[in-house]
Amino acid sequence: MKVLVVGVGGALARLVALQLRDRGHTVIGLDRRPWWDHPRDIAVHEVDIRKRAAEDVFRTQRPDCVVHMATVNALSAAGEERARINLGGTRAIFEHSVNHGVKHVVFVGRHTYYGATADSPLYHTEDEPPQGMGRYPELADLVAADLYAANMLWREPKLTTTVLRLVYTLGPSRTGTLASFLRGKRVPMVLGFDPLFQFLDENDAARAISVAAEKTARGIFNVAGPPPVPLSTIIRETGRTAVPMPEPMLAALLGRFGFPALPRGALEHIKYPIVVDASAFKAATGFVHEVGEVEALRRYRRMTSVG
Amino acid sequence: MAKDDSIRSLVDRLELPFNELGIDPYGISKKHLVVFFTALAFLYRNYFRVKAVGAHHVPGRGRAMLVGNHSGGYAIDGAMVIASMLLELDPPRLAQGMAEKFINRLPVSSTWASRCGQLTGLPEHAERLLEDDRLLMVFPEGARGTAKLYKERYSLVDFGTGFVRLALKTKTPIIPLGFVGGADAVPTVYNSKTLGRLIGVPYVPFTPYGIAAPLPARCEVHYGAPMVFEGTGDEEDVVIKGYVEQVKQRIASLIEEAKSARGGAL
Repeated sequence: MKVLVVGVGGALARLVALQLRDRGHTVIGLDRRPWWDHPRDIAVHEVDIRKRAAEDVFRTQRPDCVVHMATVNALSAAGEERARINLGGTRAIFEHSVNHGVKHVVFVGRHTYYGATADSPLYHTEDEPPQGMGRYPELADLVAADLYAANMLWREPKLTTTVLRLVYTLGPSRTGTLASFLRGKRVPMVLGFDPLFQFLDENDAARAISVAAEKTARGIFNVAGPPPVPLSTIIRETGRTAVPMPEPMLAALLGRFGFPALPRGALEHIKYPIVVDASAFKAATGFVHEVGEVEALRRYRRMTSVG
Repeated sequence: MAKDDSIRSLVDRLELPFNELGIDPYGISKKHLVVFFTALAFLYRNYFRVKAVGAHHVPGRGRAMLVGNHSGGYAIDGAMVIASMLLELDPPRLAQGMAEKFINRLPVSSTWASRCGQLTGLPEHAERLLEDDRLLMVFPEGARGTAKLYKERYSLVDFGTGFVRLALKTKTPIIPLGFVGGADAVPTVYNSKTLGRLIGVPYVPFTPYGIAAPLPARCEVHYGAPMVFEGTGDEEDVVIKGYVEQVKQRIASLIEEAKSARGGAL
């Protein structure tokens, strides 16, 4: 199978590309960011998905499957630009796929789609609507991209669409929302709150996406592995020190004195859990994680010692 | 009764899928349970001197739904039922209640409710816990039950019907329970909803002596034989209400038994 990985400049996307290559597929990458040391057998096209040159890649390469990993979150890009990348990019990928004979598109979204609120169910299932955007409007374009991708399930019945809602990842790349949050030695918490966090080892996450590309499972799927763990446990087991602070104080310190520059609404995500039920994905693909939650945390501690 | 066992060993004997850090998939933490049950066991044994009758009706394993009455200005009944499931059963079990929504919004209580398995009262949580063969604790009177005044302490307010539909859908036995003594511990004479709104709770109870600090009244809980209803949970309201009425009557008779057996509050 010929697979085009869009957003291949990202750390997780590179792992997906390598794993798909190792599983015997022909892999092409596309990103406006460079992948300097990409393997020779993975052709990388350094173009913006929203530009004409990107469509040429679809036209000339004729991939069977497209893995869309080119969305960005509020930590990576701001305001209008983020919305343009997430919505414009997602639309372009699906349009090119429909126009150039792609059989299967895998949209890799995030489990934060569901939002973090005090009174939502602990284990989210795929049929639930997103919540909490009122308090965290920076999530809106990612949610919209997810819903746009899900629309393709009925708008383009000849195209197999897989929408994945992937939990946080942890691994040596030190990229991703949770890894960014754990970057320093001291990690802020909201005093009196200790939400459950769910994460996958990077290699497991890449394998889940690769398996989704191979199995052509049509539909929307939460992707998770080990059971969730309280944030305080994650901080402790990765060798960091938790610094609990009253919410108003923490809100005032965001982006100052070495504290992470999170949007104000992101505080909801360190007060309340976002945990997903991934049983449908397991049933559809047979995916089982290899690295448990404790081992993933200890590996991360060894790889990312903060002294 | 496993009175001689330490709380820690009882928590160790809970048949829950804890990982090597002592945390289960719902975020229940052994470390927090030990602290929680140490406090509850003191209240259960020494302060409220709770007597539990018929705990053997609760199955040792598998899904079951404890359904009871509220007694007192806040959920002393729920806390003591949770304690009795750990202290009186062999093997011990963790009863998981459906907490009021405000609990998860407040700092500290949010964390402790989660670490001790007391999830927000949502139908999704109740169904998932039963599908996982857990022991669910339900008070169908809801907050209206804890808001009963002292003079109404042995009455039952209207029951919701969701618990019976859920029991039918998940094929779960209902274990009725009658609890008395909570109203003697917290003899509510007035509930201030205005003050409650200010601090984010449904109401604040007041007693003849002012604040609602609990008095050391003796409490008694009587568990009844399992009630099993046949159906799918999609039955007409009239059918469901009939089952609800059966459970309510059984709880009323258990309250009467507990009231007679307990004698005075002191």
